[in-house]
Amino acid sequence: MAAIPGGADHAHDHAHDHPSGIMRWVTTTNHKDIGSMYLWFSFAMFIVGGIMAMVIRAELFEPGLQVVDPDRFNQMTTLHGLIMVFGAIMPAFVGFANWMIPLMIGASDMAFARMNNWSFWLLPPAAILLTTSLLVPGGAAASGWTLYPPLTVQMGMGMDMAIFAVHILGISSIMGSINIVTTILNMRAPGMTLMKMPLFCWTWLITAYLVIAVMPVLAGAVTMILTDRHFGTSFFNAAGGGDPVLYQHIFWFFGHPEVYIIAIPAFGVVSQVIPAFSRKPLFGYASMVYATSSIAILSFIVWAHHMYTVGMPVAGQLYFMFATMLIAIPTGVKVFNWVATMWRGSLSFETPMLFSIGFLFLFTLGGFSGLVLSMTAVDVQLHDSYYVVAHFHYVMVAGALFSAYAGAYYWLPKWTGHMYDEKLGKLHFWLSLVFFNMTFFVQHFLGLAGMPRRIPDYALQFAEFNMISSIGAFGFGLSQLVFLVVVLKCLKGGEKASAKPWDGAEGLEWTVPSPAPHHTFETPPIIK
Amino acid sequence: MTKEASVEADGRNRSTLIRLVVSAFLMFGFGYALVPFYDKLCQVLDINNLNKQDTDVPLNTQVDRSRSVTVEFDANVLKMPWSFKPVSSSVVVHPGEIATVEYEVSNTLPTAMTGQAIPSYTPTQAGQYFQKLECFCFQQQTLAAGETRVMPIAFLVSPSLPKDIGTITLSYTFFEVPGATAAAPGDSRRAGGG
Repeated sequence: MAAIPGGADHAHDHAHDHPSGIMRWVTTTNHKDIGSMYLWFSFAMFIVGGIMAMVIRAELFEPGLQVVDPDRFNQMTTLHGLIMVFGAIMPAFVGFANWMIPLMIGASDMAFARMNNWSFWLLPPAAILLTTSLLVPGGAAASGWTLYPPLTVQMGMGMDMAIFAVHILGISSIMGSINIVTTILNMRAPGMTLMKMPLFCWTWLITAYLVIAVMPVLAGAVTMILTDRHFGTSFFNAAGGGDPVLYQHIFWFFGHPEVYIIAIPAFGVVSQVIPAFSRKPLFGYASMVYATSSIAILSFIVWAHHMYTVGMPVAGQLYFMFATMLIAIPTGVKVFNWVATMWRGSLSFETPMLFSIGFLFLFTLGGFSGLVLSMTAVDVQLHDSYYVVAHFHYVMVAGALFSAYAGAYYWLPKWTGHMYDEKLGKLHFWLSLVFFNMTFFVQHFLGLAGMPRRIPDYALQFAEFNMISSIGAFGFGLSQLVFLVVVLKCLKGGEKASAKPWDGAEGLEWTVPSPAPHHTFETPPIIK
Repeated sequence: MTKEASVEADGRNRSTLIRLVVSAFLMFGFGYALVPFYDKLCQVLDINNLNKQDTDVPLNTQVDRSRSVTVEFDANVLKMPWSFKPVSSSVVVHPGEIATVEYEVSNTLPTAMTGQAIPSYTPTQAGQYFQKLECFCFQQQTLAAGETRVMPIAFLVSPSLPKDIGTITLSYTFFEVPGATAAAPGDSRRAGGG
């Protein structure tokens, strides 16, 4: 942790006393410190979740049972999902928000600095609960990250630990989001109207509202599971008159907006990076804002497309199918605008731009397979198959993760004061791109051929593609260590970064020196 | 920032905070409100009603209601101190219709004994149209000393039964399975197969 940007030297450029050592990080209320902690935490969880993915792919390397027993396998898929969604991707973007939003809108810090500290320090206990649940009798939750009853009502204490972890992660993200909304609404520099904000701030404003609206619903759903387990209620317990399908409705009321909680900040990052390396302002800024808002609103009315096979009336299936397809329109607007931004731009292909273009292609592909899945007649065949796994990894990995990498490379010079190693960065991108597609593209075909997800064994005809997928996954996992090397190298030294190392970049964050001093914009800048 | 401006900003932040915290709590309640909401919705739309009796019981279209067959039951024991008789001596069924009848058997001996019932049909060619779904003759029966047992047969007569057969007689004969308690498997099979 001592290697975090601007560790020791900042204690001096600043008037009042500053705890040093570990207490500096425990007690910090500085948005940059907290942002860095969020980013390191999410990377650590990304490695933990990644190791679980490696176990899954090792088991699926060949047909038959080799590496883990089926129960462990299910625990791996469950924790991999929970950790990647709540421990890696969401905190990563909250880290970006903490670091960049005050810098982008000319605020001195987040609105509630102490609450900010709290929302970070809730994360490690939740991570410990989730990971140590593997060691308790009966093992960790093995129901899949969606935590469907009746399995979740029956499992051992690992399930309770997962429920409490979800509670804590939920409280943390709600607190973080309250902070972000308040900061953006109240703390913008004079002259910075909402429609002058960088798009990243807009996307986070919308995302934060989504978090405040749906994370409490998830908290309610898992609380119902908890009371069904221990306090004799029967929300989902069929023996007591409950209904397991009810859980799916409540869960996906949270779950579908959650997809956009992950994707929308990714849109925001890409909307900063693509104009910078196209040396053109973002095409259709206002339409981007409206498209993002439409996606957010639509995300509340499409949840049951995750559950076409529960036995919904046909009218319901048709409604959810058409409503889901509607989302393709604002998403199409966004993709169009990104392409139009690049159109006739003076493009250069530094690592952040490469990751953004990778995002653009692969996220669109993931969106397209999502459109295929939205068709209820098709989905009945593909439901819970590897096609679904391929689809959401295109959206989550090539979408959210690639965009997070784009943002990390883009702002690393601002965070550390040094340029990262461009050669290694490009190596990281190309390895990730190739191995990502090797891992997940073949899974489309596995799914179409009928291979179900969350099963540790499979029929022999799926063997070749699973082996290709596993080799790709091991390659992808190892390639991510290149990123760690890049960041560590960048922290230690490298070419000095100027205040604005990217000539096409726009925004207030590039008006402060690199690395960004501990305190910035104590006097708000005036925006014309 | 001046002192007044910062105080004003704090006030605005606090009111935003309160509104957002209240929203979060309301959404927590909303999650719970979905429970009665879905309940009502299902009631109004009459979907997912698990307590409703199925009114349209699927009709068995395999039943040939145009004719009836009389099935008579007969019971014998071969050199066994068992009494064995059908509870009802005959039933009338439509071909394709599932019927259940019972036989009563009792062991008059003061020791346990094992027997195996073997069916035979009259007329003989009716046997292939007589399908038993459940029968005491599927297993050997061991009766304790003095025990009486009522045993079911569930059967149907195939609709493809030739039209000229109006009566089928089903006759069971109980054979002793010699030394069943200590017998080798081969012995019991021989006895059962007799």
